[in-house]
Amino acid sequence: MNTEPKLASSPAHEAPAPVTVIRPTRGLTSVDLDALWRYRELLFFLVWRDIKVRYKQTALGVAWVVLQPLASMALFTLLFGVLLDAPSGEMPYPIFAYAGLLPWSYFSAALSRSSSSVVNSANLITKVYFPRLIIPLSAVLSSLLDLAVSGLVFGVLMVLYRVPVTSRILLLPALVLLALVTALGFGLWLSALNVRYRDVNYLVPFAVQIWMYLTPVVYASTLIPERYRILLSLNPMTGVVEGFRWALLGSAAASTTLSAPLVAVSIVLAMAVLLSGLVYFRATERTFADIV
Amino acid sequence: MSDVAITVENLGKSYRIGAGPRHDTLRDAVAARLRRRRDRGSRTIDDRSPGGLSPSAQSSGSETFWALRDVSFEVKSGEVMGVIGRNGAGKSTLLKILSRITEPTTGQAVIRGRVGSLLEVGTGFHPELTGRENIYLNGAILGMHRSEIDRRFDEIVAFSEIERFLDTPVKRYSSGMYVRLAFAVAAHLDPEVLIVDEVLAVGDAAFQKKCLGKMGDVAGEGRTVLFVSHNMAAVQNLCGWCLLLREGVAVAQGNTAEVISQYMDDGRARAGRSLGSIAPRVSAGRLRLTTLDLLDGDGNDVSSFVCGDSVSLVMGFIAKGAISCSSAVFSLAFYDQFGRSLFLCRSDFTGRDYTHLPAHGSVACTVPKLPLPAGRYFVNLYCEVNGRVEYWVESARAIDVEQGDYYGSGRLPAPERGDLLVPHEWSEPISAPEDLAHA
Repeated sequence: MNTEPKLASSPAHEAPAPVTVIRPTRGLTSVDLDALWRYRELLFFLVWRDIKVRYKQTALGVAWVVLQPLASMALFTLLFGVLLDAPSGEMPYPIFAYAGLLPWSYFSAALSRSSSSVVNSANLITKVYFPRLIIPLSAVLSSLLDLAVSGLVFGVLMVLYRVPVTSRILLLPALVLLALVTALGFGLWLSALNVRYRDVNYLVPFAVQIWMYLTPVVYASTLIPERYRILLSLNPMTGVVEGFRWALLGSAAASTTLSAPLVAVSIVLAMAVLLSGLVYFRATERTFADIV
Repeated sequence: MSDVAITVENLGKSYRIGAGPRHDTLRDAVAARLRRRRDRGSRTIDDRSPGGLSPSAQSSGSETFWALRDVSFEVKSGEVMGVIGRNGAGKSTLLKILSRITEPTTGQAVIRGRVGSLLEVGTGFHPELTGRENIYLNGAILGMHRSEIDRRFDEIVAFSEIERFLDTPVKRYSSGMYVRLAFAVAAHLDPEVLIVDEVLAVGDAAFQKKCLGKMGDVAGEGRTVLFVSHNMAAVQNLCGWCLLLREGVAVAQGNTAEVISQYMDDGRARAGRSLGSIAPRVSAGRLRLTTLDLLDGDGNDVSSFVCGDSVSLVMGFIAKGAISCSSAVFSLAFYDQFGRSLFLCRSDFTGRDYTHLPAHGSVACTVPKLPLPAGRYFVNLYCEVNGRVEYWVESARAIDVEQGDYYGSGRLPAPERGDLLVPHEWSEPISAPEDLAHA
């Protein structure tokens, strides 16, 4: 159902009757933050549903959240740490890799889920009104749970490897936010494009895989020759991954490529993708119900 | 409270169909762009454009189809307004616009008050979640607050009659339980303006009755309701005012009884034998049903049937060429004036498997003893070839049935005593053995 704008905000009947005007819109429309706020409970329920349903009818349940990054860590340790002997600073390779996989797994899950989110919600979009932004937003939010669980596993690893906790860890939320903004920005573009072009479904898994190797997740950025490092900063996920290592493992594990100006470039780029994504999403959402 | 709750002015919605703007894969989009560059100005009409729509093709190769055109009306606060019309008349489009699911192309609508719209029951139900969880999820999707759902939770559960299964995932529910739960949530939504599609066409008869009763309550509470339905009996019961749509245009509005009778006249006007002017619901292109003739038991053309007579309905068709297939099926579905399905005659039910059809011909369906009491009925015609629907036309023709001596008893069964007649016999009275009679 489609509730009218004021549905959420008028707690009882005494509020003045809201008026909805329905007419064709053209050109750019602003992001209706008001409407998003009114529908916050729906956002909450969609996130809750995603989480609740994700591991239903699996024998291992939430254990999958832990097993996936651990298995990747083992695989990459074997490949890069043992066979290729990739440098990992002063840190043992497994914890070095896990610190990179932690934000990367979140990012790749959030991006994949958000890009297919609108198409997967076709049944809602064609039957009920609500701000469509809630759909990709709930996808990037519900992926945070996995990040939290695998973060706990990381805590255990830190104890095992006797890595001291420093005050740098306080910067983690900002880094998670940067990963979220990047995932949401690309997710908005891709989910809206996916409504019209189902090619997106085939493109995303493939692109995410390539992207991972372009990001210093399982290798140190010091492997990249000096003059190409500027290219790394064009990838906001470089800042996130390097930042995670810096915050969790100390500078010993982080490469020298991490610097304030580079992080600033990452932030600016991530914001640019988010804003353009919002514009594109808002411009196309009015036809979602007709063509999805 | 005589103020206006819904004002609709010149509302219109057009869709472009055909090759123009729709490219479902990037490859199509790129190819189309290249093609346009190559043969700029030459006309390309996509073969996807469905038949039955007037091809007002523009040079770009797309055509515009108006699902709704220049519709204006007002609903006063507290009024219950019905929207009726055949399939494809624009009813659903109107509801989707008023529900803000899709945008109009022209015109505007103004709605005063909290709006709730129900285009489907159980929107967003997740099969893996339990009944309890789905009540909250569905409630939130319908725009209810958590506190509101908490408050009405017990009522919802009681209405749905599924208490015992509240903590079972709904994928284990029977379809009846599922629908009951879904309707129960929807029924407890209380906006000031309610927009309802034919959600009542669900569930068993008893539950439908309960739903209609609930709808009546809602209407009686002074809320404004816009109700779209094929069920004329429900519209008649619930709505004081009615809007009739035909091919996207509002052709009548006013008192429900008058508008319904005009809608029925629409059907009467089509009582000719040719189906040419009726837009089919599906037309896949290979075969068209073109005529429907009514024959009495002696093979004479008739314009109405007599209850209990042997009657034949002859469907004429034209195909793109003779058809050889593994199976072709024809069917005739009978409906009463209220849109209720009465019975279905399908060639494959009777073991008839058509494997060859001429390019131009007909098939006849004979009902040896017509089981319909006197009244007006409608038939849907349908044909499929190898499991694929080829042609489907709804309310192809109105059929009048006159009173007749169905049971050969010299008495005429009264039409109001049931919807169908079935052959049956009664025994002589049989005396019970003495000892049992006193037991």
